Amino acid sequence: MNEITFREAFKAAIVEALNNDPRVFLMGEDVGNYGGCYAVSKGLIDDFGAQRIIDTPLSESGFVGAGIGAAIAGMRPIVEVMTVNFSLLALDQIINNAATLRHMSGGQVSVPLVIRMACGAGKQLAAQHSHSFEGLYAHIPGLKVLYPGTIGDARYMLEMALADPDPVIIFEHVMLYNQQASLPEKHTVAPMEKAVIRKTGTDLSIITWGGCLFKALDAAEQLLNLGINAEVVDLRCLRPLDRTTILDSVQRTHKALIVDESWKTAGMSAEISATIAEQGLWYLDAPIRRVCSTEVPIPYATHLEQASLPQVAEIIAVAQQMIAESQIAMGDKE
Amino acid sequence: MSNEKLHINRSHLHLLLKQMIRIRRFEERCVSLYSEEKIRGFLHLYNGEEAIAVGVMQALTAEDAILATYREHGHALARGVPMNSIMAEMFGKKSGCSGGRGGSMHLFANEQRFYGGNAIVAGALPLAVGIALGDKMQQKHTVTCCFFGEGAVAEGEFHESLNLAKLWQLPVLFICENNRYAMGTALEIEESNQQIHLKAASYGLSAQVIDGMNVVEVERAAKLACSAIRNGAGPQFIECQTYRFRGHSMFDTQLYRDSAEVNEWKKKGPVVQLSQWLKNNHQIQEEEIQAMELAVDEEITAAVDFAEAAEIEPLETLLQHVYGEISDE
Ligand SMILES: Cc1ncc(C[n+]2csc(CCOP(=O)(O)OP(=O)(O)O)c2C)c(N)n1
Repeated sequence: MNEITFREAFKAAIVEALNNDPRVFLMGEDVGNYGGCYAVSKGLIDDFGAQRIIDTPLSESGFVGAGIGAAIAGMRPIVEVMTVNFSLLALDQIINNAATLRHMSGGQVSVPLVIRMACGAGKQLAAQHSHSFEGLYAHIPGLKVLYPGTIGDARYMLEMALADPDPVIIFEHVMLYNQQASLPEKHTVAPMEKAVIRKTGTDLSIITWGGCLFKALDAAEQLLNLGINAEVVDLRCLRPLDRTTILDSVQRTHKALIVDESWKTAGMSAEISATIAEQGLWYLDAPIRRVCSTEVPIPYATHLEQASLPQVAEIIAVAQQMIAESQIAMGDKE
Repeated sequence: MSNEKLHINRSHLHLLLKQMIRIRRFEERCVSLYSEEKIRGFLHLYNGEEAIAVGVMQALTAEDAILATYREHGHALARGVPMNSIMAEMFGKKSGCSGGRGGSMHLFANEQRFYGGNAIVAGALPLAVGIALGDKMQQKHTVTCCFFGEGAVAEGEFHESLNLAKLWQLPVLFICENNRYAMGTALEIEESNQQIHLKAASYGLSAQVIDGMNVVEVERAAKLACSAIRNGAGPQFIECQTYRFRGHSMFDTQLYRDSAEVNEWKKKGPVVQLSQWLKNNHQIQEEEIQAMELAVDEEITAAVDFAEAAEIEPLETLLQHVYGEISDE
């Protein structure tokens, strides 16, 4: 079987983009001589040269801003911010420039920029290196936010992002890089702004994305053995959010369980919950539930770190509880 | 300045050597503990740069404050943070100096005024400015010493911090550990002007560049800088030229430099340099060095045993330390 890792998929996408479009270049910290912090761009500087694989100084605000400028000038930059944690130093450029320029200029200025960032927890890197901020970026009109959780998306979303006239952020969860799967054919991969049902089911909808997708699928698999048939909705794109697919799924299963690696409070899971409450309340026969990270900076010690992150066992337990709750509620009605 | 006598006597030099050997062997033990998976996460070692932490610490008093990067085991050890609590932290244990929350990159010790272990490049510089500001406002005549790599110099926070420190004449000692590479990015690729001390000078700080492999020179420069600060001369900047002997972290395949370059620098390393000088001048016997190594190894083994036996935090404490207690004062 044609199995590749996420790392290889991300790399193949970059190589293809560099080959197909002379306007594309990759820029970021240690993308060249070092080979990329997570080895995604290893060897590319030898193949494409230092003009197109640009090692930048530690100047996140500066080089992200430069990427915005180059995009305005007609290039198609792929800017790698080593990890989302360091993107906080570039937040001003991303939010005040990339996201606003088209609108502020009355539609005159386009920023066709792609920003890639590694993200997520699970490697005992402690509080400053374990963030999940896709919800924060999804808050911002003007940005598009992609979060591939499958090999096909890792391989093919970059091309779609580069074809987009606006700034697109692509998140790459650090726990996925070494995972392997067989690469689907390109035509089977959905457009970037569509949510995809990765497993159909009838009893509840598990709504998730990115680094939690494999956990949700694992939980769904195990739930089958417990007599619960869960549907797994992979959002893939957090802004714009494919609310229709979420609501359709919940309409069929009557239960929504959201799994999000970031914190609950004011996060992505809250937005999804609100969407369901606003537009799909009558579909529900159990309260919406969320499995998110504990409201604590992510600790170093492995047992504390694991306890603070969403886990398969917790997803299963909450799903079972939801089924039980709905049965009691039904019983009451009779 | 003249009242700052350097104790360049035999016993002080022995002390410096022992401190450096202590750090070197501690780091070496960390390597094996990492492959045994006792230590996890990112691990950045200080091999080759020991003279800087050891030399600078000689100039600081117990009241002074210290901030460092994720490559801070050496600074914590030289500052007197107990080795047991450092090792336990890296094992993720409750008795670790940060309660197992921080790990290798986030060693904290209030008692020694050791304010981390910061893993965001240049992230500690503004904090150092603020601690110096706070101390000054409270008429505490302290120095705040901030260690960082040359990679940090490209960040805006570096420039903002230097400007603030000088503008407000704050008692900050900036120590740039210029080991020539920021991960795999060489200084030539990082900086349009590679004379880092000149950047500091452009903000009006008195700035100098020294051989960071020579512990005596580091100590001398740090003492002069600290007495200038204590005499009200404002922030001082020292660029210490050095080299990191190992990879950036445990994941580095070092594609960006060749081993000949590494070996060249190893010949100038701080431990060889000082021990060779002492031997050549008949100030130390080989047996004395061996005795130092033995003593240090015993201390390290005891620290490993301590960390191994230490308890982990119960899960019920997961939510602790997100907020403090509201005090009645
Ligand atoms: C703001 C920020 N950007 C990127 C990183 C990733 N990173 C960690 S260390 C490092 C290199 C820093 O080099 P330098 O400041 O010279 O210190 P050294 O590691 O050589 O001691 C990089 C790029 C980070 N931790 N923080």
